[in-house]
Amino acid sequence: MWRSGLYAAASWAAAVIVTKALPDVIPFGSSDLFAVLVGAGAAAFAVLAFLSPRAGRLRETLDYYGPWFIAIGVWLTLWEFSTAKTGWLPKPFFSAPPGLLHVYVTDWQRLLICIGYSLRLWGLGFSLGATIGYVLGVALGWSKSFSYWGMPILKLIGPVPATAWIPVTFYFFPTTFDASVFIVALASGIPVMILTSSGVASVNRAYYDVGRNLGARPWYLISRIAIQAALPHTFVGLFMGLYYSFAVLVVAEILGAKYGLGWYIQFETNYSGYANVYATLIIMSLICAGLVKLLFVARDRLLSWQEGFI
Amino acid sequence: MVARGAALQAADRHQAQSVTVDIRGVSHSFALRGSELPVLDSINLRVVAGEFVAFLGPSGCGKSTLLRLVSGLEQPTQGAITADDEVIDRPDPSRILMFQDPTLFPWTTVWRNAATGLAARGVLDRQRSRVDDALKLVGLTAFAEAYPHQLSGGMAQRAALARALVNDPALLLLDEPLAKLDSLTRLALQGELVSLWREKGFTTILVTHDVEEAVVLASRVIVLSERPAHIKTEFAVDLPYPRHRDNPELVGLRRQILGTLGLET
Repeated sequence: MWRSGLYAAASWAAAVIVTKALPDVIPFGSSDLFAVLVGAGAAAFAVLAFLSPRAGRLRETLDYYGPWFIAIGVWLTLWEFSTAKTGWLPKPFFSAPPGLLHVYVTDWQRLLICIGYSLRLWGLGFSLGATIGYVLGVALGWSKSFSYWGMPILKLIGPVPATAWIPVTFYFFPTTFDASVFIVALASGIPVMILTSSGVASVNRAYYDVGRNLGARPWYLISRIAIQAALPHTFVGLFMGLYYSFAVLVVAEILGAKYGLGWYIQFETNYSGYANVYATLIIMSLICAGLVKLLFVARDRLLSWQEGFI
Repeated sequence: MVARGAALQAADRHQAQSVTVDIRGVSHSFALRGSELPVLDSINLRVVAGEFVAFLGPSGCGKSTLLRLVSGLEQPTQGAITADDEVIDRPDPSRILMFQDPTLFPWTTVWRNAATGLAARGVLDRQRSRVDDALKLVGLTAFAEAYPHQLSGGMAQRAALARALVNDPALLLLDEPLAKLDSLTRLALQGELVSLWREKGFTTILVTHDVEEAVVLASRVIVLSERPAHIKTEFAVDLPYPRHRDNPELVGLRRQILGTLGLET
């Protein structure tokens, strides 16, 4: 018996009962579809609870996330109750869960296009920023003269929010899209640069002694020793850059964009379409969490040598 | 450039060799917050090709610095060091320095670590078997694909030894390489070092603070003074290998050396 599955089924069923049995004070679209989906979830949990899979990966996952499944059902119930059923949290500032679902059902085509545009902007900005930041970071950490000129400039520019560059970028870049890419690149590049340079600068000097003793040229010391040893730092920078770049994505898309999740949020905010805003924020969080997960997978592969180290 | 090229070529030819090291009036000092800190005071010493010389001295007396100067990683403030009458003015794979820490690269395997010298000089592809041979010599064949963090202290130091031997050094510089190991592993590795040295014939300079280690391994023991170090006395250890550490002559020599270091036993 998977006990938390039973409780999860109960809490999800409660959400269905509240949705269907109580009358709406404020109507939101798609409440039928919501009830069907959540009901299906409740049924699935009940089945799993009785099937009670034997030890294995599935069972581990179920046991681990059991409390979360229960909590989500309770959350949906309370949310539906305090918005649609009582109006304690009123329209348009709040939306019931079926309201968000309604956004996906009715506006999915436009949302898909927006996801595509945002990913293109983010992908270009992040890869450009991370690459340039990485190269400059290695140079800053390695070369004394580069660091003499570069470090003070980096320290001055580093704390300036990427968005503060908007007026300048308008002047320097031919299109607003280029300006947006620049802002995303700046937000992701600066932490990569700072962390990589400090990583390269803090490499154990004895590694270089070993390399020089064995006949290594400077390029070998940089590419095979400095860069490798600094990789854990670089990854911290990449994680920070990923978060920052997502934070500025919304602002970067104000710059005359025609589509994009940030643009969509701005647009809907102007028309008090807060349900659409929330629905979009959920998509953004999911994409960001997915990219973080991808980066973790890459890190675990490249840094497997760190296992048991420190 | 020419000299370096020739030295590289020599190191990449697969044959044992040794070299005579001359330390000629070497003094060295560090710049420390504007003032000069003298470390070595006019050291003169000739280490003949194939010899095994041990430096003993109080800790912090400058033994390690002397070894770094011989390796060419640093240049002496005064005087010169030569290898077969050629001034040592840069590090070279024909003379390898081994540290107290194995300083293996943690991000790659034992095999790759051992191959570092060949890879750095761009000859690895033609000479992969030399890496296998070196790992076999130190008994790490089974651990070729292991990562440094999976090795014990003794195995890590063996891997560092393999990384040195791959280059067929004419001069092996050992900076207390066994100091951090447990006593059993240390005894085992001392025996292996001696047999490697006798088999390959490279010149060896060992820095240690373990008097017994010095007399068991070396054919000559040089006692250094407090910083700034100068040569206080030297002892010839004229005993055949393999040596037994309970040999009364060794025990007597050990007591004598401890005496010159100011430690009566």
